[in-house]
Amino acid sequence: MNSLYYQKRLSRNIGDTFFTSLSVICALIAILPLIFLVTYILIKGGSQITPELFTLEPNPPGDDLDAGGINPALIGTLIITTIASIIAIPVGVGGGIYLAEYSKGGAFSRFIRFGVNVLAGVPSIIAGVFIYALIVSTKILFGSMYSGLAGGMALSILMLPTVIKTTDEGLKLVPNELRYASLGVGASMYTTILKVTLPSAIRSIATGVVLGIARAAGETAPLIFTALFSYYYITGFGDLFYEMGSLAVLIYNFALEPYDAQNKLAWAASFILVLSILSVNIFSRILAAFTEKTKRV
Amino acid sequence: MEEKLTLFKNRKRFGIEKNIDIIFKNTALVLSSFVAIILLGIILVVFFQSFESFSRYGLKFLVTSEWNPVKDEYGAFTAIYGTLVTSFLSLLITIPLGVGTAIFITEDFVPKVVREIIGSFVELLAAIPSVVLGLWAIFVMEPFFRAFFVFLHNFFGWIPLFSTEPTGRNSLLAILILVVMLLPIVTSIARDSLNQVPKKLRNAAYGIGASRWKTIFSVILPAALSGIMAGVLLALGRAMGETMAVTMIIGNSNAFSWSILSPGYTISSMLANQFGEADGSQVSSLFYAAFVLMILSLVVNIFAQWLVKKFSLKY
Repeated sequence: MNSLYYQKRLSRNIGDTFFTSLSVICALIAILPLIFLVTYILIKGGSQITPELFTLEPNPPGDDLDAGGINPALIGTLIITTIASIIAIPVGVGGGIYLAEYSKGGAFSRFIRFGVNVLAGVPSIIAGVFIYALIVSTKILFGSMYSGLAGGMALSILMLPTVIKTTDEGLKLVPNELRYASLGVGASMYTTILKVTLPSAIRSIATGVVLGIARAAGETAPLIFTALFSYYYITGFGDLFYEMGSLAVLIYNFALEPYDAQNKLAWAASFILVLSILSVNIFSRILAAFTEKTKRV
Repeated sequence: MEEKLTLFKNRKRFGIEKNIDIIFKNTALVLSSFVAIILLGIILVVFFQSFESFSRYGLKFLVTSEWNPVKDEYGAFTAIYGTLVTSFLSLLITIPLGVGTAIFITEDFVPKVVREIIGSFVELLAAIPSVVLGLWAIFVMEPFFRAFFVFLHNFFGWIPLFSTEPTGRNSLLAILILVVMLLPIVTSIARDSLNQVPKKLRNAAYGIGASRWKTIFSVILPAALSGIMAGVLLALGRAMGETMAVTMIIGNSNAFSWSILSPGYTISSMLANQFGEADGSQVSSLFYAAFVLMILSLVVNIFAQWLVKKFSLKY
């Protein structure tokens, strides 16, 4: 009769309770530091935010108590990520279109898909080393060495796999009936792709691309010897060919300075970087969830 | 009859439209082959740049730890050892934590809403830039763990891994910050593969009277193993290539020591530190080190892909 009831003392039940608590502990250990981390960045960085931060140049590290602002780095990050997007999005979307729409699963497309995965796993600093060897040390870009342009190229290498993958996967989800219908009324392949399949996959592609851009915006390793860093305002188009600051490199440089003022600037820059990356992530996740819901109806 | 023929004629595409179609297809083809070009370009460029150093030191480069720009002697053993030790030890900590968390998220210990919030929170953390983690490690983690490291050294100093007096930044801190970076990767991949295990398997195990954890250990985990392994390997690749957070906290010293309580070096932190100011044969040696790093991460990545292909779709 007793065997019908749950018995705590049974060894199997003791074991179960033990492992359950172990997994709860694992989850706690995993999550607590992460919560601390985010709140610490938001509080510590948020307390450094002032209006001048957005308008001033950073002062060179020294005993100067006033560290200045992060305007050039902020603009630099925007410019470098834009350059990376301008390169990576067309190439990636075009490549994804080929993989999803034209390739027939042959050796070439398998090789490219494999290459995309491998490229996604290449350490980000290798991308920097590659661009350094190819562009910075050869001065191939109109004789300029370190430049915002080179930094953008390095970042685009990191964005490319993400863009191709999301395009490929987004297009694969489009039902074939749509393609048949379009081809059936006499549209050519490129009209079908540009007017039918691409528009119906655009939301999932856009989500992936935006996440890729957000990731690239926080990358530092490819920039430290391609774009380097600059303390000065970005004033014109010509500045693309010179050293360019970015939030990520500013954090790296100023975190290692012994001066308190510079460290505070690093915290403020982290706040801005983390806040924008997290909000882009959350926003695109909500958008993706919303799209899924409307699709089901 | 005549009329019908002209209609057929009109149904043909215009030459220009045909051409656009062909151009479009070939543009897409060229763009997709950019991936291969870049990948091969990276391998070739790094290899050829390292050629000078490669021909001078050969494989001796991998086992000597002299790094002296003045005497022009280079060997990357310290950095290679640092890369391997930090990545493997951080994985050793991350795997149980990550898989445990993934099990917690996939089982029904707490309501689904709570689990989903935890899951997406963990995923969001993967988006935090590593340079920010490095900043946090310098100013928060290092002071927090200082006393613990002294304790480790005092009680376990006889183990070579803990044999040096902890002073400020060291390899163990790099390992810990790597754990924070890898946890989201391992957890989310392990969660996905656990979720993909068919419900049938669980029900069958419950049906013959297995307890919850008996089911997890003997049915669910083995079924999800290939996915989890692939996630672990991807995390290993990330750990080996991770640059910023590690560079900021590892202490950047080329003096070799078995101990993880002493400042160390990894290949990527060496690159980050020295590349900007290097010249002459130092550059070539740095490229050699970069080549080693690339081969390491390529092997790990390709193995991970092979594993996924080989063992997925088993159920």
